Amino acid sequence: MMDDVRTTVLNILTDLTGSDEVKENPDMNLFESGLLDSMGTVQLLLELQSQLGVDAPVSEFDRSEWATPNKIVAKVESMK
Amino acid sequence: MINLQPYENPQYFFYLLIGLLPIIIGMLYQKRFRWYESLFSLVFLFLIFDGSKISQGIAIIGYTVYETLVTWWYCHYRTKENSKNKTSIFILAVFLAILPLIFVKFTPLFVDGKASIFGFLGISYLTFKVAGMIMEMRDGSIKDFHLVKFLQFLLFFPTISSGPIDRYRRFIKDYDRVPTQEQYLGLLQKGVHNIMLGFFYKFVLGYFFGTVLLPNIEHLAMLSRHNFLGLSWPLVGVMYTYSMYLFFDFAGYSLFAVGISYMMGIETPMNFNKPFLSWNIKEFWNRWHMTLSFWFRDYIYMRFVFFMMKHKILKSRIALANLGYLVLFLVMGIWHGETWFYITYGIFHAVVMILTDAWIRYKRKHKGWFPSNKFTHVMSVVLTFHVVCLSFLLFSGFLDQLWFGIR
Repeated sequence: MMDDVRTTVLNILTDLTGSDEVKENPDMNLFESGLLDSMGTVQLLLELQSQLGVDAPVSEFDRSEWATPNKIVAKVESMK
Repeated sequence: MINLQPYENPQYFFYLLIGLLPIIIGMLYQKRFRWYESLFSLVFLFLIFDGSKISQGIAIIGYTVYETLVTWWYCHYRTKENSKNKTSIFILAVFLAILPLIFVKFTPLFVDGKASIFGFLGISYLTFKVAGMIMEMRDGSIKDFHLVKFLQFLLFFPTISSGPIDRYRRFIKDYDRVPTQEQYLGLLQKGVHNIMLGFFYKFVLGYFFGTVLLPNIEHLAMLSRHNFLGLSWPLVGVMYTYSMYLFFDFAGYSLFAVGISYMMGIETPMNFNKPFLSWNIKEFWNRWHMTLSFWFRDYIYMRFVFFMMKHKILKSRIALANLGYLVLFLVMGIWHGETWFYITYGIFHAVVMILTDAWIRYKRKHKGWFPSNKFTHVMSVVLTFHVVCLSFLLFSGFLDQLWFGIR
């Protein structure tokens, strides 16, 4: 079950960033590397809602807590 | 009557230090004297708004009562059982919260350039804080209304005049806890360091660029105003000098505000992070007047984009991102003032953002076409710096004077 969440999140991120790097290096900082910006973030939140039913409002989004693929997976798992 | 404007001169810090001493001593013994903190804040607030500024003093009291009522009402609406969380009520609450600011900002436009009697120093920054709270209540992230904490946050005096703009939940976390002795010593050290650096920035470099150099170069540039578009080398000098002044003056002020906050055990977020080393304009807005640009990013851009995508109003991701930039920077321009140069400044930044995004997409599509090394990095930094300086020349309003002779 947990693995499902992980796979789904990583797939969403791969789609959004257009890069496999997120799977190869899940500890990379998505914002510092420029792979994710505010626009990408909003898409991520909407995809999480539609694909996983995780309701993460913009207010709960803090760049430092959502900085890497691993952190995002952990965050989503905690909200499931 | 004594009237003290925040951080206007070095003596101010002498008075501040006297007022801060009991807080510092208390904190070193891991005690927050909350009644004293409030008294200290009230006294320094009083000194900003007394004497010749008394009309502003009355305005801020009225404003505070009004915003308290709006926030309390919306929080009550959101937290009562089975709250419907209607979008119309949310929009009404945001509108009511920003109404005083809209009123104050638009008064000069309609009444002959006169300032509104409802205005006071810092009204924008207070309004940003309240509007942010209301949006977080809508999302269910802020769940209760605590009068004393609300007032402490809203009227936190070190940041009252020009920010940095803190966030309620972040502020309250600091406010509620007492740092350990070790943590506080660290904060104290950083606070003193920030204030010293602020002195150097504002009273040495800012003064040099803004008061010593700028008037002379502006005078030279005015002498060449009959050139095509008033273009001249001194005008280029105005561009650089004003940009330096703007940075050192505001970064200096921000360092004071952050430094004094640290001494009170509140880790107010930083406003500047070496902005002139940015390698593109997106990075620049992550490093320049950060608390303002993050406010616009989180509360306007992201919410606008979220709304438009969720309701599928605009399908194209690129068009939507670009429209978002235009909305954000137009609002920011108008907020600075309803003059052609502030609004052009906003549009200018929106256009540069849109072009930057297009360039990033192009580079991503053609991987390997463009070298990426130390040299290209330095070139990007230099280019970004110049684009930014050009925008600040617009922002300065000097072109208005140069072209239309309006001072």
